[in-house]
Amino acid sequence: MTRRLLFTRRDSGGFGTSELRNPERDLYHFRRRLSLVAALVFIAFCGLFARFFYLQVVQHAHFETLAETNRIAIVPIVPNRGVITDRNGIVLAQSYSAYTLEITPSRVANLDETIDKLAQIVDVEPRDRKRFRKLLEESRNFESLPIRTKLTDEEVARFAVNRYRFPGVDIKARLFRQYPFGEIASHVVGYIGRINDKDNERIAAWDETANYKGSDYIGKVGVELSYERELHGTTGVEDVEVDAGGRAVRTLRRTPPTAGNNLTLSLDIRLQQVAEAAFGDRRGALVAIDPTSGDVLAFVSKPGYDPNLFVDGIDPANWQELNDSPDKPLLNRPLRGAYPPGSTIKPYLALAALTSGKRTAAQTIYDPGFFQIPGQAHRFRDDKPGGHGTVDMYKSIVQSCDTYYYMLANDTDIDDTARFLGKLGFGQKTGIDVEGELTGVLPSREWKRQRFAGKNYREENRKWYLGDSISAGIGQGYNAFTPMQLAHAIAMIANDGVGYTPHLVKSVTNVKTGEVRVIASQPSSRLDVRPADMAMIKRALVGVNKEGTSAAAFKDAKYVSAGKTGTAQVYSLKGEKYSEHRVDERLRDHAWFEAYAPADHPTIAVAVLVENGGFGASAAAPIARKVFDRYLLGESEPGAAKDVPGAGDDEGD
Amino acid sequence: MVQLIARVWEVLTRRIDSMLFAAALAIVGVGLVTLFSAADQSMARETSQAMSLAFAIVLMWMFANIAPQTLARAAVPLYVVAVAMLIGVAMFGVVVNGSRRWLNLGVARFQPSELMKVALPLMLAWYFQKFEGRIGWRDFAFAAVLIVVPVYLIKRQPDLGTALLIGASGFYVLFLAGLSWKVIVGLFALGAAVGPMVWTHLHDYQRERVLTFLDPSRDPLGAGYHSTQASIALGSGGIVGKGWLNGTQTHLDFLPERHTDFIFAVFGEEFGLIGNALLLILYLLLIGRAMMITAHASTLFARLLSGTITLMFFTYAFVNMAMVSGILPVVGVPLPLVSYGGTALISLFIGLGILMSVQAHRKLVTS
Repeated sequence: MTRRLLFTRRDSGGFGTSELRNPERDLYHFRRRLSLVAALVFIAFCGLFARFFYLQVVQHAHFETLAETNRIAIVPIVPNRGVITDRNGIVLAQSYSAYTLEITPSRVANLDETIDKLAQIVDVEPRDRKRFRKLLEESRNFESLPIRTKLTDEEVARFAVNRYRFPGVDIKARLFRQYPFGEIASHVVGYIGRINDKDNERIAAWDETANYKGSDYIGKVGVELSYERELHGTTGVEDVEVDAGGRAVRTLRRTPPTAGNNLTLSLDIRLQQVAEAAFGDRRGALVAIDPTSGDVLAFVSKPGYDPNLFVDGIDPANWQELNDSPDKPLLNRPLRGAYPPGSTIKPYLALAALTSGKRTAAQTIYDPGFFQIPGQAHRFRDDKPGGHGTVDMYKSIVQSCDTYYYMLANDTDIDDTARFLGKLGFGQKTGIDVEGELTGVLPSREWKRQRFAGKNYREENRKWYLGDSISAGIGQGYNAFTPMQLAHAIAMIANDGVGYTPHLVKSVTNVKTGEVRVIASQPSSRLDVRPADMAMIKRALVGVNKEGTSAAAFKDAKYVSAGKTGTAQVYSLKGEKYSEHRVDERLRDHAWFEAYAPADHPTIAVAVLVENGGFGASAAAPIARKVFDRYLLGESEPGAAKDVPGAGDDEGD
Repeated sequence: MVQLIARVWEVLTRRIDSMLFAAALAIVGVGLVTLFSAADQSMARETSQAMSLAFAIVLMWMFANIAPQTLARAAVPLYVVAVAMLIGVAMFGVVVNGSRRWLNLGVARFQPSELMKVALPLMLAWYFQKFEGRIGWRDFAFAAVLIVVPVYLIKRQPDLGTALLIGASGFYVLFLAGLSWKVIVGLFALGAAVGPMVWTHLHDYQRERVLTFLDPSRDPLGAGYHSTQASIALGSGGIVGKGWLNGTQTHLDFLPERHTDFIFAVFGEEFGLIGNALLLILYLLLIGRAMMITAHASTLFARLLSGTITLMFFTYAFVNMAMVSGILPVVGVPLPLVSYGGTALISLFIGLGILMSVQAHRKLVTS
């Protein structure tokens, strides 16, 4: 070290002395040190460069071999997805292992040529090629993609012999999802599909990216979607030595995966089958709930679709057919179909009138067949020409008298009505444990103001008119509710005003520990009404099935049931008389039916909607009858019990 | 109108040093390109990093517009707060992965050692400026205390890597302030003597890292794995590299931490020696320009601060690339401006902003 580099205050004048400051000299010394630093930085970077040169030029061949050959790969082991069963343990969705033939595109020079050569050994259909192309577009180059799934043992053996000819092609065991019931309950169970970018964001938000390494599939719809995190399980890890072709040579270490949890649904698949069969070819929805627990016993959306089509990636032709069909098979009608409730709303309005004191049960009105707002010419028609005559509350429900409810609406403020109906769950999500539920429309002044807000509407569009109330009074007008909401409401009536959040999953079973977690069924809402009023409404609902609009559908039933029919207008006829034959099929009225049974101690409540089914009593009520017979008597057809005395055991479908 | 635009442009750019900014952006560009490959061509990280970048540039502009003397006024309070927070961490910090490094502030967790990275150089530069012209050994001794307290607190979290880096930044200030060579040599001699004693005080994982560094094949699946795989990635890249998005080490999941601390291995594998040389040149341009700014700084405070920032840039870049290429043991140091991570990017751009401020304010005082 030279004397010149020594720089301290002592050298430049000594500390504690009062020698003059010398900024010039300070700066000089500072810059000297900075130059030294600059030299060191340069030398250090040269050192780095030398190291890079050593690694990347001198040792390149060595490292290239290392990179190409013997390496340790950390391979994720995908866990078995949980099994979904119905309430009786019948399997609705399960995974099975099958061999697939897979290509890693980055390791293959000429894809088409390789596939052509493969086609000489195993069957490769044009459909497989198309699907492979689609996967190729959606995936990264380094992923291994299936060209053929579900290989037979013979095909596996044939390829194994020829494996050496196909670098970058390998046989893998993958887990496949299978839905044994196909279309039945498809909207409940849903399906899984390949993970896309949006799913990846979801996984990242859960902080589960590591756990989904190696997973190709994720729940897309239904219970498969909403219970994804229960079903998926914990991914295992295997450290394997791989050769130049990327093939595993031996396993060094293994942490086994933990299978996903099994789900037991509250759904009864046999009941579901009966319900779906009862619809025949008609479109519609049905929800059956156990009113004492919120268990969803049946959940029908017709038409359905085959979820198995989606598992391997749906092919474009099938997709187009499902997506473009005017029957909308992909629409989850119970949750996402909002329909005017029609006369099914009458019992709730009657209960509201009893509770508020606007009506007593005995009070009567005279129905001449129509209603007019005083001072206006427009006649709100009753369904029955000439009218029902003198009508009290019981008769108004049993015979579904419109005029009674026109008058009631005339006497009631719409906001009071909305508040009462809101307590029954109308206009809000029921909170069922699958995604996508709509809130429907529960009209009120506030709702109309917001609905028609903005520049496109004038003030008179936003104002609430008495006429709006009158239409809403018989469940037409702006009202729109989902079948799920109606089922929830009628279940609340059946259970004397105590409501449970409906749920499709009854319990979750941990496969490893055997621990069963029951999805809690606590009452979630309570309707504050007088027991006598509730009893009055329930008596009238029993009357509907006994001597009213749906009496024919429940003729000779072995139990006492309660219900209410409804018909929802699709198309306004502007005062003309409605005739089913003259109206296009798609514009015909929707048929509604809500019911519960047994009347004294209800264990099942349903809402049935038949799209464009016409009159509720003839189209929808018989479907509810079949469901009740099956659930309460174990019969799949009404009347079957006459032939088989003491029937009630399972008869197979 | 044109005048207004010209005026706005003037306000936006007058404190911005174009060469420093251009070099930094070029390196960030390299980072984004590499990140796209490291993140398996997912745009999520890319977007997140770009958003951090935008925020960082705004902060850089703000700091470029703050005069160094204003920063000097913040030095003491900042240092006091940072030390208080470190003591807070020691007493009731949140434990993550066995280290007590985080302070829970209710809304977010905060790592006070990050604040100390800025606070210590500021404090020391302020101190030496205050006693400029009559700095004696007592001042250096006091400065040493200012360094040792936070370094000790961070070391016992334990976070040896950060403690060493902060210690280094303190040492840089002392060195630039004119610490006697005798003391420097003495310190190194002491370090060599004490080294074996320190060894017995190291945590197991720290010892493991050093041993593994000396012989990566010791533990091919554990601690040596990073090092071995990074060397394979670099080495197999060769002169021209395997090409963007084509690194097999990267994409076959052999490289750990490939977005963050080991992103340089991804770059080196895909762009080879030529790419590495280019990146080194970009860093040299950035550091060289920063040194010129330092040399022409007007006050002692500005000189010491900008000199230390410059040296820390170099230290991070060097330590990271040396670690990835196997010259240094594996320590958690990101590659400046390249590694994925918003906090680091923002701190670095604030550093650049301070350098620009030093450059912009040099004439105001000297003339």
